[in-house]
Amino acid sequence: MNFKSLSALAVTTALCAPSVFAADMADELTIVSWGGAYSKSQLRAYHEPYSEKTGTNIINDDSSAEAVAKLRAMNEAGNITWDVVDVVAADAIRLCDEGLAMEIDPATMLAAAPDGTSAADDFGDLLVSECFIPQIVYSTTFGYRTDLVGDTAPTDICAVFDLEAYPGKRALEKRPINNMEWALLCDGVAKADVYDVLATPEGQDKALAKLDTIKDSVVWWSAGADTPQLLADGEVIMGSTYNGRLFSVIEEQKQPVAMLWDAQVFDLDGWIIPAGLSPERQARALDYIMFATDTQRLADQAKYISYGPARASSAPLVGKHADMGIEMAPHMPTDPENAKNTFLYNYEFWADYRDDIDAKFQAWLAK
Amino acid sequence: MSIELAQKKDPSFVAPIVAGAGAVAGLLVGTAQGSSIIGILAGAAILGALAWIVLSYFNHERPARRIIMAAFGVAGYLVGAIPGAVVGLLFGWFFGWFIFWLGSGRYRAWLAPYLTPGQVLWHYTFRVICGAVFVFLITPILVVLPLSFNAQDFFTFTPEMLRFDPEGYSLKHYRDFFTNNEWQRSFKNSLIIAPIATIISVSLGTLAAIGLSQSHVPARRTIMAILISPMIVPLIISATGMFFFYSSIGNWMEGTLGLDKNFVGYIKVILAHAVLGIPFVIITVTATLVGFDTSLTRAAANMGANPVTTFFRVQMPLILPGVISGGLFAFITSFDEVVVVLFVGSAGQKTLPWQMFTGLREQISPTILAVATILVVISIGLLTVVELLRRRSERLRGLSPG
Repeated sequence: MNFKSLSALAVTTALCAPSVFAADMADELTIVSWGGAYSKSQLRAYHEPYSEKTGTNIINDDSSAEAVAKLRAMNEAGNITWDVVDVVAADAIRLCDEGLAMEIDPATMLAAAPDGTSAADDFGDLLVSECFIPQIVYSTTFGYRTDLVGDTAPTDICAVFDLEAYPGKRALEKRPINNMEWALLCDGVAKADVYDVLATPEGQDKALAKLDTIKDSVVWWSAGADTPQLLADGEVIMGSTYNGRLFSVIEEQKQPVAMLWDAQVFDLDGWIIPAGLSPERQARALDYIMFATDTQRLADQAKYISYGPARASSAPLVGKHADMGIEMAPHMPTDPENAKNTFLYNYEFWADYRDDIDAKFQAWLAK
Repeated sequence: MSIELAQKKDPSFVAPIVAGAGAVAGLLVGTAQGSSIIGILAGAAILGALAWIVLSYFNHERPARRIIMAAFGVAGYLVGAIPGAVVGLLFGWFFGWFIFWLGSGRYRAWLAPYLTPGQVLWHYTFRVICGAVFVFLITPILVVLPLSFNAQDFFTFTPEMLRFDPEGYSLKHYRDFFTNNEWQRSFKNSLIIAPIATIISVSLGTLAAIGLSQSHVPARRTIMAILISPMIVPLIISATGMFFFYSSIGNWMEGTLGLDKNFVGYIKVILAHAVLGIPFVIITVTATLVGFDTSLTRAAANMGANPVTTFFRVQMPLILPGVISGGLFAFITSFDEVVVVLFVGSAGQKTLPWQMFTGLREQISPTILAVATILVVISIGLLTVVELLRRRSERLRGLSPG
């Protein structure tokens, strides 16, 4: 396409816009997400049916990793180019507090369940912020190489800290969240007391001391794709990452990897709509959200990736993987068999202590 | 005059050198097999002894070299099946040649006869260093090529690939690139943005360079420094500035002029890339203008040509090589650029480097390697064409005997 035809196109679009498209909704939607298999599942479960139904042109931007920083800059420049943004719950809480995300009223803006249960009840406790529309429950957990861990496969989280039974490198995320909890748990702290202990400086030192015992054998990761690559290479014998990534390594890529569900940490991921959109764009974004977070759509997403739908009413509808035909329920982090020992990401604790513990953790890393 | 240049050398001279080379080869093999030190020692011992034996007891070069090659091939096969055999044969070929090249004194054949041993040593050390530099530059690119044919979704040489099993190779990442909407969209965006940005930067940059080469322009150096500053200021700082600057311009164009959002997005990215490309054009054109004879423009004026005619008929053809190479730099700058487009562009203007960047961070997919391979091939083609055209124009203008 050359410049001339491009400008001609733009002029015609600008002239025709009001007459051709519904006057009160934008005809284009920029959706920000995480990329990879996750975006693909959204594309097939939400975007494609929505485009088909409404004719909206959906543009994907895989920028969720820097969503908070970018939304701040966009807000400052008065030029918000995103319509719907997929973020983790902690980011949604931050964005909501800063006034960068729009508040959502579940009663009017979200679809009720097919049996008439209101959206607020259907999502229940997962509505952790006024701006946040939960989509999935995912977990951060460990995968291990079945061929490199010896004869006895690890069954509990403390195998990560057991260099004698399982010598070799392990991949951990380059941040204190989750690692500190796991360290305390394996240092003899009872599960119920973990956050009380972690709130004290002595408890933080205790967790770091435990991590110190394996520090030389740790490969630190920062992107969700790192651990699957390291496991596939056999560079690490076990590593933490998001359970959907491990599902793809095991079932789609057929790597000799298995899940260690013990002490998995649940977290939520969902949508926000940036504050300050023009009325047409906001109307389009809300229309999309209403569609994409209904009971059937959330259950559909689980056909493509092993993340649990956030609505209670979606769970019974979870079926088989769309391409491989395997039953998805046993691969969900919320499956009773997998969820014997779990944590829920403690938003309040980490909101209060994150800066302090982050600083300590980084200093420890650099030592 | 007949000086016997290629004198037979004593095994006691050749063996230590071959042992040294064997230590290097042993280091590579040993590291791959698990122990570097054993590799070094074994490599040195085996090859030193081999050189000694071969030079002492074999008089015929050809059969000896064949035997060495076969022995290495078999040894390689025992260690690592077919790929091991290939590596073994290559090692055997090299060392067979190396032993006799040293042993028969052929290494001095092409050098001046009066060189001291030290000078001969330096002569070859220099070549080895040059070769090593070349290897370090090119290996990362070469590693990417086979990995892009990986049948798995990881950046890993699988056992099947190493066995040269056709099962281990596939074109699926290329298929993914050509069928995946996101990749196709970003490829198309790059092909829209880079050429237009190049045309803008070449036009403006050439004009600026010509203007700044006139001696009567006031504050030439200051203007030049300002124009080149995008090249000197860290990119992330330019990008932040551009983000806010183009945001307000974009809002004005969308709000007041009522232009389409996507169209404005393209304008913003193209202008930002043009700004980044201009310094390259200015520098290369200024450099060619140094050799430009200004009396030619006066002669043209004398014969009745106006300045525009003079520029297109006289000056432009002479500075064309500088303009073209500046344009090439500007094109590559835009085509490779990821920071500015991340700030200034919105998702509708996602370019190829942007897509590669997010792809690499969120999902380590060999599709990136397939794209990289395609880009390498395109760049090689582009550079070859430009070089051929340059030689042709030089030949036509009689600048080189060609």
